[in-house]
Amino acid sequence: MLEAIIYSLPYLMGGLGMTLLVSLIVVALSLVAGVVLGVGLIYGPLPLRLLIRLLTDCVRGIPILVLIFAVYYGLPPLGLNLSSFWAAVLALTLFKTAQVIEYVRGAVSSIPGGQMEAAKSIGLIFSQRLRYVIFPQAIRRFLPPWINGVTDAVKGSALVSLLGVVDLMTAINQVIGRTYEAMPLYVAGALIYFAINYSLSSMSRLLERRFAYIKE
Amino acid sequence: MGYQLSFTQIWHNFDKLWYGLILSIELALVAIAIGALIGLTLAILYVSSGRIVRAMISGYVEFIRNVPLLLLVYLVFYGLPTVVDIRYGAQVSFVATLSIYSGAYLVEVFRSGLDAVPRGLLDAGKAMGLTPWQRLLYVRLPTMARITLPSLSNTFISLFKDTSIASVIAVPELTFGAQWINNRTFRIVEVYAVTTVMYLAAGYLILFGLRLLERRFRVDR
Repeated sequence: MLEAIIYSLPYLMGGLGMTLLVSLIVVALSLVAGVVLGVGLIYGPLPLRLLIRLLTDCVRGIPILVLIFAVYYGLPPLGLNLSSFWAAVLALTLFKTAQVIEYVRGAVSSIPGGQMEAAKSIGLIFSQRLRYVIFPQAIRRFLPPWINGVTDAVKGSALVSLLGVVDLMTAINQVIGRTYEAMPLYVAGALIYFAINYSLSSMSRLLERRFAYIKE
Repeated sequence: MGYQLSFTQIWHNFDKLWYGLILSIELALVAIAIGALIGLTLAILYVSSGRIVRAMISGYVEFIRNVPLLLLVYLVFYGLPTVVDIRYGAQVSFVATLSIYSGAYLVEVFRSGLDAVPRGLLDAGKAMGLTPWQRLLYVRLPTMARITLPSLSNTFISLFKDTSIASVIAVPELTFGAQWINNRTFRIVEVYAVTTVMYLAAGYLILFGLRLLERRFRVDR
């Protein structure tokens, strides 16, 4: 039983690399898109705010799996051909962006309105107000839930296996297809996912405690 | 060459989607019922036990929360029967997985709910001469239920969405129905458009109903 795991470990590590790569791209893209759209959701003109609200509510309202299938199968007939890798990354990024927008909204709206007014009154322009006044304060509210949310990206990346991308989940299933040792390999896989995600959520809790001293 | 939208095949096979949606809701309902039972039991155990029991409960919660649901579904459906002598169908296996999964999330919900019951209420119960069991049953649990209702409805909505994962072990729920129609008719865009609308409509309708319920039972603190 243990031999099966040790024997297949190099192969699993290859899959793990793919899982981490997908998660990393998704997290990076969604961070950029989420912060931009999140700021748009708070400070943008009404039509833009409504549009972003509609987008996030729709994306959050459907299962990630459906989102992944819709992007993978649905875009080619509409003229956009994506490889299974990029289709999966696009779908997960959409899902994660909706999350990041909510984190940004929560973090920024927790900053008292007086801060914005004070920054205005000393003559800072909008980008300066964000950069020097709002963001440095909001990041303490943003970081803990965001890091915790990275686990969602890692967990969600297991779904890319359903599009045939060889990530950790696919690698596990392929090894099982050869060895018929289902249980030990699923347990090993679970432990690998657990190790990654638990360290992330522990880090999130640590930061939360670290930032807990800030009270209005 | 443009893609011509045609919904006739979808309406023709709409029963696959409709019964799939109903099965999705049923799966989520059963899972949250069993999960609530697991969660409540473990939460009460957690607040009333020593360090070892607490560590074990935390271990369960942390493990489930940090592993992809897809892997848990595979593990229970394909993995468990190879080591334990049990036989079950895909639906039972999935409900069991989702119950254990939701249980882990609900332990946290109920635990913080139990902690949020105002101290004064429990003291008042004591002053009235209620036994510890009566205090739990008549004071702490009812108050906790009202406090945790919003988190419960959020958990239910996310479980409803998680039922889509059941399609990978061929449980005929909504996502599986969509794939079934897709494989036979190739009306890809239409089938996923309809499925998306169904998930959104059902999800927001349920959420709306639950919010009304929450308003009815809200605790004014």
